[in-house]
Amino acid sequence: MITSSNPYNGPDSGGHFGPYGGRYVPEVLMNPLDELEQAYAAARQDPAFHAELAGLLKDYAGRPTPLYFAKRLSEKLGGAKIYIKREDLLHTGAHKINNALGQILLARRMGKQRIIAETGAGQHGVATATVCALFGMKCVIYMGEEDMRRQRLNVFRMRLLGATVTGVTSGSRTLKDAISEAMRDWVTNVGDTHYLLGSALGSHPYPMMVRDFHSCMGIEARAQILEKEGRLPDQVIACVGGGSNAIGIFHAFIPDAGVRLVGVEAGGRSLAPGEHAARFAGGSPGVLQGCYSYVLQNGDGQISLTHSVSAGLDYAMIGPEHAFLADQGRAEYVPCSDADALEAAQVLARTEGLIPALESAHGVHEALRRAPDAKGQIFIVNLSGRGDKDIDIYRENLKELDEPESN
Amino acid sequence: MNPSRISQLFARCRAENEPALIAYITAGDPSLERTVSLVEAMERGGADLIELGVPFSDPIADGPVIMRATERALANGASLAGVLEVARQVRKRSQIPMLLFSYLNPLLKYGFEKLAADAVAAGIDGILMTDASVEEAGKFVPVVRAAGLDTVFLAAPTSPIERLKRVAEFSSGFIYLVSRTGVTGVQDQVSGSAAELVEKMRTVTDLPLAVGFGIAKASDAGEVAKIADGVVVGSALVRIIESFAGLPELESRLEEFTRELKEGARAGRA
Repeated sequence: MITSSNPYNGPDSGGHFGPYGGRYVPEVLMNPLDELEQAYAAARQDPAFHAELAGLLKDYAGRPTPLYFAKRLSEKLGGAKIYIKREDLLHTGAHKINNALGQILLARRMGKQRIIAETGAGQHGVATATVCALFGMKCVIYMGEEDMRRQRLNVFRMRLLGATVTGVTSGSRTLKDAISEAMRDWVTNVGDTHYLLGSALGSHPYPMMVRDFHSCMGIEARAQILEKEGRLPDQVIACVGGGSNAIGIFHAFIPDAGVRLVGVEAGGRSLAPGEHAARFAGGSPGVLQGCYSYVLQNGDGQISLTHSVSAGLDYAMIGPEHAFLADQGRAEYVPCSDADALEAAQVLARTEGLIPALESAHGVHEALRRAPDAKGQIFIVNLSGRGDKDIDIYRENLKELDEPESN
Repeated sequence: MNPSRISQLFARCRAENEPALIAYITAGDPSLERTVSLVEAMERGGADLIELGVPFSDPIADGPVIMRATERALANGASLAGVLEVARQVRKRSQIPMLLFSYLNPLLKYGFEKLAADAVAAGIDGILMTDASVEEAGKFVPVVRAAGLDTVFLAAPTSPIERLKRVAEFSSGFIYLVSRTGVTGVQDQVSGSAAELVEKMRTVTDLPLAVGFGIAKASDAGEVAKIADGVVVGSALVRIIESFAGLPELESRLEEFTRELKEGARAGRA
């Protein structure tokens, strides 16, 4: 599933990417994590597992996704050639289904009957509810009440798929609080329950496993660009919340030293504390929810509140492999403000007819910013999800388009 | 090095066939100043060891009662430095053993070298890190031990014997056995898995064993005292603090409830 020549092919046996990652959980979860790690290691060696997953990814989810040359956008910017990896075309509308399918097969191998998951924007919740319906498993999704409000459509989709959506009222009522609540459920029901974690976060083996299940994005994109252009791209750009779509598309390119890997974090309203979720612009290493990585925290080690217009990027910690890649200088991370993401979404919509998810719009903005000065370069931007789920937020923020008279 | 206050406590308890009552309190709820007098009330009621809970913004192992206490404490400005100050105030007047009970991140941010020194100076006797497996926390144990502090780790019903051995190896003072899977909080009866865990743990260590999670009333304390050296009560005490916060009878109510628990534990040994 991943190339053996990759020098960054971590983590170590304890789940560490350099100093990051690991397992920082109460003792009661240590053995369940060991069992999960062993089950995943066995599945990884099993051709039947790969064959079943490949079949589902192809016929059910819609892989491979196209790599689309955004000709009008590239011409408009007058610099780099911009290619778009079309994860937005996948079933359920975002990349999250790759990992959900992988983990549901693993849960079935482990004999689990009940699936729990957290969700921020609702895309992982919808993907999880979808695979649970497909495999006839009981499904409980934890979602912060603030996120339920701003992603109402996805709440309804999950319920339509037969899942129970449980609102979380603690903390900032967003993704972080949903993860805590899912962990509390898991710690209580470890016997029959699999926690289908949706980002490259948490305790080992999750960051590695989620990355592996998403690595198909980078593997496909690398082959596709070689076929279309006969050479590797200069930059690969993706938004980063926990970091699953970014690590998924980065991973195959890591050994290609000439390819710049660019992660785009939520710059929110400003880079003042509490106004953003840019972990490399104000965060420092710490422990949250089972993992050691860059996290936004105060001087007492309390985790900071975060803000982003996009629920999927609104999280205080970045996945541990990204922390490692940043330390190594192999990937770079930049913030993008709410306003810039909204602007980029409109540009992409009007130039290419693609309405991106707000998360993905952060990556699009960085491509728009870099492209004019990058004549002769090739960019790949991961369009990790489509914008249907965000229509209400676009309407709230683009009121001039929502008047009866507007055209 | 002299035996620690924690080791001395359990040695005395074993010699006298006395169950140790271990009382958890979220420091800073309702305020840091009040925590000092609440600790003293619990000591008067018969608590033998105090777990001073350091509030953390994301308490993944805690149920609703301690989550709410944590939110109140943080809203009132509690910090690790403030919790150490509580310990210093208690230590001026009491020799009761105190265990710092914390999620890892506030300790990491404070820095382990500095924490170990400051905790000893404040009269703390040991540290328990809720979300630190022996694999990850092992590196901090030498620093903490070198300062003369005990390191207490959790053992769980899900831990196979190899893990229990490692938990015992990294622990000193006593070992905290989690009676059941799940988060902290009261429940109708003490889990049957506790006895099995105690038995398994006894095969790998002679350290004192305390059992916690879900112990809500005197009769529960008695059940646990039959099988373990110590009985840990947390949420049930915090619930009293929540109910009577702001009222002058808070201390007397807490003292009274602590006494019931202690007598219940003793009855279990009779």
